[in-house]
Amino acid sequence: MPRHDVLVIGAGLAGQRAALAAAQTGVSVGIISKVHPVRSHSNAAQGGINAALNPDDSWESHAFDTIKGSDYLGDQDAIEIMCREAPEEIIHLEHLGVPFHRNDEGLLGTRAFGGASQARTYYVADITGQAIMHVLYEQLMKHAGQIDRYEEYFTTALAIGDEGSCVGAVTRNVRDGQMELFEAKNVILATGGNGQTWKPTTNALICTGDGIAMAYRVGAPLMDMEMIQYHPTCLAGKGFLITEGARGEGAHLLNANGERFMERYAPNKMELASRDVVSRAEQTEINEGRGFPDGTVALDITVVPKKRVHEALREIVLVGRDFAGVDITREPIHIKPGNHYTMGGVKTDIHGATSVPGLYAAGECACVSVHGGNRLGANSLLDTLIFGRRAGEHAANRAKQTAHAAPSQTVLADEERQIAEIVGRERGSGRRVSEIKLELGRAMDKHVAVFRDKEGIARALEIVRRLKEEAKSAYIDDRGTVFNQDVLGAIELGFMLESAECSCLGALHREESRGAQFRTDFPERNDDEWLKHIDLTMNGDGPEISYSDVTITDWQPEERTY
Amino acid sequence: MANYTLRVRRHKPETDDRGPAGPYWEDFRVSLDPTLSVLDGLLQAKDRQDGSLAVRCSCRAAICGSCGVKVNGQSTLACKTQIGEAQSGANRVTEGRHAARASRPGSEPIVVEPMGNMPVIKDLVTDMESTHWAKMRQVTPWLLNDGEPPEREHVVPHEAMVDITQTISCIQCGACVSSCLSMEASPEFIGPAALAKAYRFVGDPRDAQAKERLYELAQDPHGIYDCTHCFSCIDACPKGVAPMDQIMRLRRLAGNDHEIDDQNNGHRHEQAFVKIIESKGTLDESLLLQESFAPGVKGKLVPRPSAIKGLLESIPTAVRGIRTGKMRSLSKLIPGVHPKLPGDSQENVKKIYERAEESRVQFNLYISGTDKEMAENEDTSESAEEATTV
Repeated sequence: MPRHDVLVIGAGLAGQRAALAAAQTGVSVGIISKVHPVRSHSNAAQGGINAALNPDDSWESHAFDTIKGSDYLGDQDAIEIMCREAPEEIIHLEHLGVPFHRNDEGLLGTRAFGGASQARTYYVADITGQAIMHVLYEQLMKHAGQIDRYEEYFTTALAIGDEGSCVGAVTRNVRDGQMELFEAKNVILATGGNGQTWKPTTNALICTGDGIAMAYRVGAPLMDMEMIQYHPTCLAGKGFLITEGARGEGAHLLNANGERFMERYAPNKMELASRDVVSRAEQTEINEGRGFPDGTVALDITVVPKKRVHEALREIVLVGRDFAGVDITREPIHIKPGNHYTMGGVKTDIHGATSVPGLYAAGECACVSVHGGNRLGANSLLDTLIFGRRAGEHAANRAKQTAHAAPSQTVLADEERQIAEIVGRERGSGRRVSEIKLELGRAMDKHVAVFRDKEGIARALEIVRRLKEEAKSAYIDDRGTVFNQDVLGAIELGFMLESAECSCLGALHREESRGAQFRTDFPERNDDEWLKHIDLTMNGDGPEISYSDVTITDWQPEERTY
Repeated sequence: MANYTLRVRRHKPETDDRGPAGPYWEDFRVSLDPTLSVLDGLLQAKDRQDGSLAVRCSCRAAICGSCGVKVNGQSTLACKTQIGEAQSGANRVTEGRHAARASRPGSEPIVVEPMGNMPVIKDLVTDMESTHWAKMRQVTPWLLNDGEPPEREHVVPHEAMVDITQTISCIQCGACVSSCLSMEASPEFIGPAALAKAYRFVGDPRDAQAKERLYELAQDPHGIYDCTHCFSCIDACPKGVAPMDQIMRLRRLAGNDHEIDDQNNGHRHEQAFVKIIESKGTLDESLLLQESFAPGVKGKLVPRPSAIKGLLESIPTAVRGIRTGKMRSLSKLIPGVHPKLPGDSQENVKKIYERAEESRVQFNLYISGTDKEMAENEDTSESAEEATTV
C-alpha cells in the first residue's frame, strides 16, 4: 500500500503547487492524477494572473475589486489573504522560470482585465496557465526524490478512518486496471471544476467534478453550488474559449447592428465589466433580437494592432483559424456566453481544510470562498496557487502531528465491487452512459444558465433526479482492465450527477439575483435575506441545505455598477 | 452533416470474447459537420458504437496535448484536424495511389493510427512515458539558477521572453516525436520535443548554465547533430513550435557562438556543407568528407590524426552508399569533376549568404505572427521586417 504524509489528488495548478509546498517542509508527498499532469485543465487559463505588484497599486484595491466582482458573496478574510499574498507568489513563479512578458524596462508587464480598477494582470502571451503549469511540472520532475507522481491513476473514493478523519483514497491505475488503496495522513483534493455537467462548456472532458462529489459523499459540505460562471466570449456550438485578454487588449463587443452595446449596460467599464454583467448583456441582446441569426454577438479584435495580436493573442489567432475558420486580425468573430467556471465547491477554511479532519480542497473544486457570486478574470490562477500552497503547507504541518492510521480494506473492496457491477451490466439493459451525459448537459445549459427561473430550475432538478436513477443501470461496452475509459466514464457520470443536483437545489433555493445567479422571477439582490452562503450536506441520497455567514471585514455591500 | 468512415488501427492488449487482440483495422461510420474534428468523430464512434475504443483526449481545443495520433499517416492532434479536411486528405492519398486505374469516386476512409516511435498500450493510446517523457528528462528540464534569486523579478528584455514563448507553447503532445525520421532510424536520438525544451532554457537569459547545456547537447552522440533536417517535426507540430528550427538555433549557438568542437564532428560537417555550397552552388560530394574532417585542406590531404581516424571510419558508410546505389555517380568522387553553376548563378548564391549573415532572421511565431500555412495569405516582407535578430 503506497503511504504518504500528504496525498494530493489532481495535478493541475492547485495540486502541483500544494505538492511542492508540502514537499518543501520535508514530509513525504504523493500526487495522483487521472491524466498526465500537463494535460490538466489549468492549461486552458489564457489571459493571466492578478496581483497588486506595481508600486501605484495596492492589495486593498485588488481586494475591493474582487469583493465587488463577487457581488459581496466572497468571504473577505480569504480575499484579503489572496490579494496580500499575490505579489510574492508572482515573484516566486518568476524565479522558478515562468517567462512572464515584460514592459519596456524589462520588469513584469501587465494587461487590463475585466472588473479590475488597474491593469494588474501578469501574463505569458495568452498561454499563461499552460506556461505556469509546465514550469511547476518542471519542478515536480526536479523534486522527484521528494514527490512521488502517480500519473494516470483515477481516484474513485476517499477512505475515512474510525475517528471520522480522511486517511487515504482508493485509486485505479488506468494503465492496468489495478485497484489500490493509498494510505495518507492528509488528502488534498485539487480535482478542478465540474464544467462537463453543462454542454456546451469551455471545460475539458476531464472536468467532471470528481473531488467535489467524493468530498460530498464522505460528508464534507459543498457551498454556493448555484454560482456557475458563464464566460462572455465562447465560440458558438463548440464552447471554445476566447480569452478575456482580447477585451483587455482593447477588443470591442458588437451586436448585429454594429453597436457597442456595452454602453447601455456598463458605461464606465464597457467590455471590461465583470463577467456576469457582460454575459447578461450579451444574452439580453441575443434574446431581444439584436444578435446574429446563429444566436451570437461579435467580438471585434481587428481594432487591436496586428503586431500586438500576434505577440499577445497568438492562441486566439489559432483558435479562430482552426476552429471557426476566421482570421481574427481581419474580421470579427461570433461569440456567446458559455459555461466556464464553478465558483462553488467543497467548503474550506482559509487553510484549505474542509470539515472532515485530514481532508483539504484547493482550486476550482474548493469554495474558500474568494469568488463569491462571480469570479474576476485572472483570479482563478491566483486562487489555485495561493490556496494550493496554503493547503499544502497546512496539511504538511498537520502530518507532523498526526500518526498514520491504516484505512480499512473495506472501502477498497466496496469500490472493486462497484466497478465489477458496472462492467457486468448487460449491454442494452439500460441507457448508454454517453446518452445520459448528453441529456444532463443540455438540461443544465438550458435551465441553470445565465437567466434562470423557478420553473426551469425545477425542471432541471427533476431531470437530474431521473438521470440519477437511470445511471444505476446504464451500461458500457468495455470489459477490459487496460485503459478502460468506459468504466471511468460511468464513475464520472455519478460524480457529475451529484454536483448537478446540488447546483440545481442551490439555484432553486436562492430566491434573489446575485453574481452569476440571475433569477428572472427575483431580479433584485436581496442582502437582508440572502447575504449568506448556501451549504449542501449529503443526507441519505440527496443534499440537505443549511446556511453560513459571509465574512465581512472592511467592505460593506454597496450597489454594484460598472 | 456528412458521413465519414474512420478506419482505426486497433490494438487490444487483452483478448476477450469480443474479438482478436490485434493489431487490426476497424471501420466506424460517423455522421457530423465537416468543421468538427477527427476527435469529434472518434468520440461519436466511442459514444454510440464501441465504448472500448481507447483514445486520450481532454480539452478538444489543441491546448492539453492528449490526442496525438496519425491521421492519414500524418502525425497531428485529432482535435485540431477538421474531419472534412481529413476526408479531402484521404481522397487525395487514394487518388495518387490509384491514378492509373479509374478510382472510385466519393469518400475514402480516413485512416487513424496511434503515434509512431512509441509503444502502443491500447488502440490509439501510446506509452509516452518510456519515450517522450524519458527523453524530456534527459535535458535537465528545469531552470538552473546561479545562487540566490533577486529580491524582485529578474530584469530581462521583453523580446527574450517573447522569444522563448514559442518553445514554452509546446503542449507535449508528442506529434513531433511520432513523425521524427531520425528517431525512427536511431531511437536513442533525444528528439525534437526534448530539444525544443532545451532551447527554452538555453534561450532564457535567466538560466545560468546555457553554455554547459549546449556543451552536453553537442557532445551527446544522439544530441543536436542527430537531426537530419527533414522538416517532419515542423509539419507535425500543432502549435508552431517548429522544433527543428529550435535545434538549428541550438547548433548555431553551440558551434558558432560558443565554438564548441563536438566529438561527433557535427559542427564541422555542417560547416562543410555550408562552405561547399557557397563556393560551388551544389553539393560536391568529393569534398564533403575531407571538408568535414580536415576543413580547408582541399585535396592536399594533410589532415590531423583525428581527422584521418574520422575519414577511415567513414569508409564503410561510403562503401555502403556505393553498393546500395545511394551514391550513383562515382565520377563525382573525383575532386575537380564537379560542375559549376551556369552564368552568374554562383554570384547570386553568395549574395544569399551575405544577406543571411547580415540579418540571421528567425521566424518566431510570437514575433512575426506567421507560420508557413499563414504565410500563404500574408505579406511576407512585412513579416520579415518584424522578425527578430538573434
